[in-house]
Amino acid sequence: MARIIVVTSGKGGVGKTTTSAAIAMGLAKKGHKTAVIDFDVGLRNLDLVMGCERRVVYDFVNVINGEASLNQALIRDKNCNQLYILPASQTRDKEALNQEGVGKILDDLKKDFKYIVCDSPAGIEKGAHLAMYFADDAFVVTNPEVSSVRDSDRMLGILASKSRRAERNEEPIKEYLLLSRYSPDRVKLGEMLSVDDVQDILSLHLLGVIPESKSVLNASNSGTPVILDEKSDAGQAYADIVARYLGEDKPHRFIEDKKGFFGKLFGGK
Amino acid sequence: MSLLDYFRISKVASASLAKERLQILVAHERSSRNQPSYLPQLQQELLEVIRKYVNVDQDAISVNFEQDENQETLELNIVLPETQR
Repeated sequence: MARIIVVTSGKGGVGKTTTSAAIAMGLAKKGHKTAVIDFDVGLRNLDLVMGCERRVVYDFVNVINGEASLNQALIRDKNCNQLYILPASQTRDKEALNQEGVGKILDDLKKDFKYIVCDSPAGIEKGAHLAMYFADDAFVVTNPEVSSVRDSDRMLGILASKSRRAERNEEPIKEYLLLSRYSPDRVKLGEMLSVDDVQDILSLHLLGVIPESKSVLNASNSGTPVILDEKSDAGQAYADIVARYLGEDKPHRFIEDKKGFFGKLFGGK
Repeated sequence: MSLLDYFRISKVASASLAKERLQILVAHERSSRNQPSYLPQLQQELLEVIRKYVNVDQDAISVNFEQDENQETLELNIVLPETQR
């Protein structure tokens, strides 16, 4: 049975697209046929982070309007043949999306794919609403920072009341916390909310902590999901997250400050 | 963290402040999440009616909605000004 995962946050700039690209790649690398959909119509960026921006011909809105078939619009990833990308339209706005159209595309994808990752736009308007409406699982990407935590809580309220599962009184969406841009050294100094603080406030199941990392910018610069940078801390954090989501038992990492004495002395990263 | 940090005078831990503020805010926002959407308008209209008779402030009236398993309670609280004769 296919599962629909929404990557959401409410707040912008917390790492939704980075996360969508990484976990979609991670699931596909594990052998599961995966599609990742950019719901940010008008501000498409998943194609750029995935490095397929020059191969976009048709997009999500073309498929909804019947101007292209799903197979014409899906782009096969260059690194993994189990992964397909459905880009957003860059020239329309979010009003071009509608519930029946999105539902139909997801139903079609479910016949062929194991996981469908929906990269939500920021905000709580139509694009974000449709990205989460059909979801089975929600990855709530949160930064250890007041506005992000508050917006995540707002999004949890929306997931619990406005989704299809809520409307139909079905089993609720499974919600997971992904705490990103985490700096253990700043937490230690009392300058940043800790994992425990955020969990106390949001009471969410922690799927993983992604440390603040230079590798994330390097990855998006080159258009390769950061999970493919297996040596990087962020890449390993996402690999752990995918493994945990698939039911593997992985102890949490990147929560403690592991830097050695000399690292601390010279402030190296 | 560099060598200089070891000599820095310890500051107020801003993270604990953030946690405290968030806990209060999130609790408040969660409690208002299940309230019916007509509450603000109800409050406004009640205020207008009361003002026909008594001159009260905007914040002199509060409308609270509470829900438990068997019943829903709508609590209306009006603070009258002290110098009414």
